[in-house]
Amino acid sequence: MTPLSHIRNFSIVAHIDHGKSTLADRLIQETNTVSARDMKEQLLDAMDIERERGITIKANTVRIDYTADNGEHYVLNLIDTPGHVDFAYEVSRSMRAVEGSLLVVDSTQGVEAQTLANVYQAIDADHELVPVFNKIDLPASDIDRVAEQVEDVIGIDASGAIPVSAKTGQGIHEVLEAIVHHLPAPKGDRDAPLKAMLVDSWYDAYLGVIVLVRIIDGVLKKGDQIKMMQTGARYGVDRIGVFRPAMQPVDELGPGEIGFLTASIKQVRDTKVGDTITHEKKGADKPLPGFKPSVPVVFCGLFPVDSAEFEDLRDAIEKLALNDASFSFEMETSAALGFGFRCGFLGLLHLEVIRDRIEREYDIELITTAPSVVYHIYMKDGTMRELHNPADMPDLTHVDHLEEPRIKATILVPDEYLGDVLKLCQDRRGIQLDLTYAGSRAMVVYDLPLNEVVFDFYDRLKSVTKGYASFDYQMTGYRQDNLVKMQILVNDEPVDALSIMVHRDRAETRGRAMCEKLKDLIPRHMFKIPIQAAIGGKVIARETLSALRKDVTAKCYGGDATRKRKLLDKQKAGKKKMRQFGKVDIPQEAFISALKMDD
Amino acid sequence: MRSANLSPVVLTDDWKNAGFGLYIHWPFCQAKCPYCDFNSHVVAHIDQKAWARAYVAELDRVAAELPGRTLNTIFFGGGTPSLMHPDTVAAVLDHVRKLWPMANDPEITLEANPGSVEAGKFRGFRDAGVNRISMGIQALNDRDLKRLGRIHSVAEAMAAFDIARDCFDRVSFDLIYARQDQTVSAWEDELKQALTLAIDHLSLYQLTIEDGTAFGDRYQVGKLRGLPDDDAAADMYALTQDICADAGFLNYEVSNHARPGSESRHNLIYWRYGDYAGIGPGAHGRVTIDGQRYATECLRAPGAWLSAVETGRAEHIRDAISHEEQAQEYLLMGLRIREGIDRARYEALAGHPLDQATLDHLTDIGMIRANRKKIIVSDQGFMVLNSVIAALANA
Repeated sequence: MTPLSHIRNFSIVAHIDHGKSTLADRLIQETNTVSARDMKEQLLDAMDIERERGITIKANTVRIDYTADNGEHYVLNLIDTPGHVDFAYEVSRSMRAVEGSLLVVDSTQGVEAQTLANVYQAIDADHELVPVFNKIDLPASDIDRVAEQVEDVIGIDASGAIPVSAKTGQGIHEVLEAIVHHLPAPKGDRDAPLKAMLVDSWYDAYLGVIVLVRIIDGVLKKGDQIKMMQTGARYGVDRIGVFRPAMQPVDELGPGEIGFLTASIKQVRDTKVGDTITHEKKGADKPLPGFKPSVPVVFCGLFPVDSAEFEDLRDAIEKLALNDASFSFEMETSAALGFGFRCGFLGLLHLEVIRDRIEREYDIELITTAPSVVYHIYMKDGTMRELHNPADMPDLTHVDHLEEPRIKATILVPDEYLGDVLKLCQDRRGIQLDLTYAGSRAMVVYDLPLNEVVFDFYDRLKSVTKGYASFDYQMTGYRQDNLVKMQILVNDEPVDALSIMVHRDRAETRGRAMCEKLKDLIPRHMFKIPIQAAIGGKVIARETLSALRKDVTAKCYGGDATRKRKLLDKQKAGKKKMRQFGKVDIPQEAFISALKMDD
Repeated sequence: MRSANLSPVVLTDDWKNAGFGLYIHWPFCQAKCPYCDFNSHVVAHIDQKAWARAYVAELDRVAAELPGRTLNTIFFGGGTPSLMHPDTVAAVLDHVRKLWPMANDPEITLEANPGSVEAGKFRGFRDAGVNRISMGIQALNDRDLKRLGRIHSVAEAMAAFDIARDCFDRVSFDLIYARQDQTVSAWEDELKQALTLAIDHLSLYQLTIEDGTAFGDRYQVGKLRGLPDDDAAADMYALTQDICADAGFLNYEVSNHARPGSESRHNLIYWRYGDYAGIGPGAHGRVTIDGQRYATECLRAPGAWLSAVETGRAEHIRDAISHEEQAQEYLLMGLRIREGIDRARYEALAGHPLDQATLDHLTDIGMIRANRKKIIVSDQGFMVLNSVIAALANA
């Protein structure tokens, strides 16, 4: 067991590509944590998997032994978490598990959006920050400019910033010394009842669920009987250990230490990020503050392109769910798309990553339907129902009113883009709550309906601000509004998978945009196709896709029969990627693309 | 006949619905046209005698497998078959007559370039037995001929055409339209002029940009400008049908027009899905041997083909085609012609009828007419024939 004074726990905050992985590699190499023979960018590899696991937001951890220039032996624990607004809560838990951060800024690029988003997470968690200016080996490096930016934009002292080149190794030693001398040691009481924060967990085929913990107070030993304070579940600890970065068993974990435990836990679902682990007997009486159960906020339907792959899809979803407690699923049937699943996610990125993994790792082509938030429907009989799918909207005669989830969105943006951001928020039915300046950056706070944000808000924000805006949100509650279900009719037939919930005032605009989009997305057919948006029986927007005029091969003689036949077979395969509605073939990408708003 | 009691007679003999033809490919041209994706090559010297011997050898090989057939048609295609010496043509035709009995009034067509040199050989081709000539005139103005890479002028073409009319009862010519910078009215004038010349048959092709051609390459890099868009091309097509019909030339196939009785009988064998033997570099065939239909293809490169002939290996592909595939081919060839396809014949090949809902839908939207016996594509349907075929084949 290491004394508290000789432990340093930290994370690395950086914009993408500013050199976080390379720096982590260098720290490991410099301290001989991994033998030179095994090095081979080992941690980097782990981080590739990490990126794969980004969806379940698994923290990547390594314990580094370091003998400082003063001759003392220190234990440095690095927790690395990718930051994305979908996983804001999970990231905030990881940040709470450490006391300081290295703020890595590319000295050729300067402070960027993600630097800010993440640095505020760190400041929020009361971290000490050590600025590290990377890539000083490059000619375009400008340390003075970056230091000025850090002081102006982030508002922290950059005088102690360490210039490094993670590539050449220059400055790495100084970084290690700064970790030891500038970051605070953790606090904790070895004799107090056990309090350990459940930072993260993931499923391992051999060991079951592996739980990453940060010990706050007390001591955790192998064989201990433990209790999860939020869920009340009890387990016997099978193993404890640390990551170097491979798993290495230890006898005990004391205050300030970060490590893992396994306890024959079968599903990741049984472990809640942010939960407090204590001993079953003589346990802590109060859990750590800040626990929130994770609740899916975005729902969409996932259907196999080839309906014969439904069972494969079920299998894939069940396997992914083993390692990701934050997404939910239940079977769904659609008149148009057949059998599939209605799945709930933490956000759009989460949705996209799960979808991509199903397609890539399980080789199942998917049709993804319009993402939807959870509405509250208040019925005339006084009951309330949750609506996860616009297709399930009950008969309006029984509905009293609808409520939709709202969020408080915080956006940081260089002031030259402020106008565009305000317009975007306004267009999405936002109500401005606050607008302040920090240097040349504006911070705007908006109250927004989640359904306006859930789909392409983040993409639009990035695009109107050239990637310089950072965005964060939290759910604030439900509010009544004038919401209606809008249907899309293609060739006079309703396409259930394209139904959306929309604010009445926005319905015409959305309806027109969707009809125009579909007109471009659906290939021309041999006949003209009306595309309509309707609320109830009333058509509010209409486009007509004109008929195909010419599609004929001029010459076809004896030598062409084989080629033409093979072409037909190819077309048949291509047709599988379409969904037929009446006589109209709709390409699968239309189900998502039709909803994108170009504002 | 092998196991005739097991194979339904209608399948083993399906080709008899359309007859038997012979296709001979001559792979050489004086120059390669930028739009052409046919198997054609430009060479300095051609040993006509060696080629004649090779064709004769190939005829022997094919005839041995198809004994007792009556030959309805022969077609010399290319390439530019008018570059053949009349003696070469004569050697081939003389040998053919020894191998198969010919139908009464067989149709023997040769494709010709409308240049002065070729015109001088027309009499020789006629004496060898050719009775129909198909001329690649392509355009009736010199600027467009040049852009199409043609080496003849309009005046030369007209002179050659006159000689052809003197030598042959049946003369057809090709034009290419929907060319670069061609307006609908310019095409109308040109087509009307062509109809004053035409005797009995016209092939009118919309310019198609094929991959692997000079036009294809230029198109890919955006350097082939002024092509009409699909709507303009569709208008030109519709106009073409009307003008030809007014002049008594029926569109008996998507791109082919003839006075009644003057249709290309050889090409009708393809579209009616008969049997045809294909010899010469790159030639394709459909032949039924012992009740099984095969798709055949000969080596494409002239040199390789010539040497392979000596060892009897010029035909490098011979694929047995299933009944389902034959049904598909019947559909995609047969729907190109005005007379349409025979439903009973399709069902016998496919083992199932065409999808009735699809037929009803295509009828509703005016693409086809269907009765108990036939399915016939309408004028409107011809313009989007690929979609019509795909709908029926993939239903």
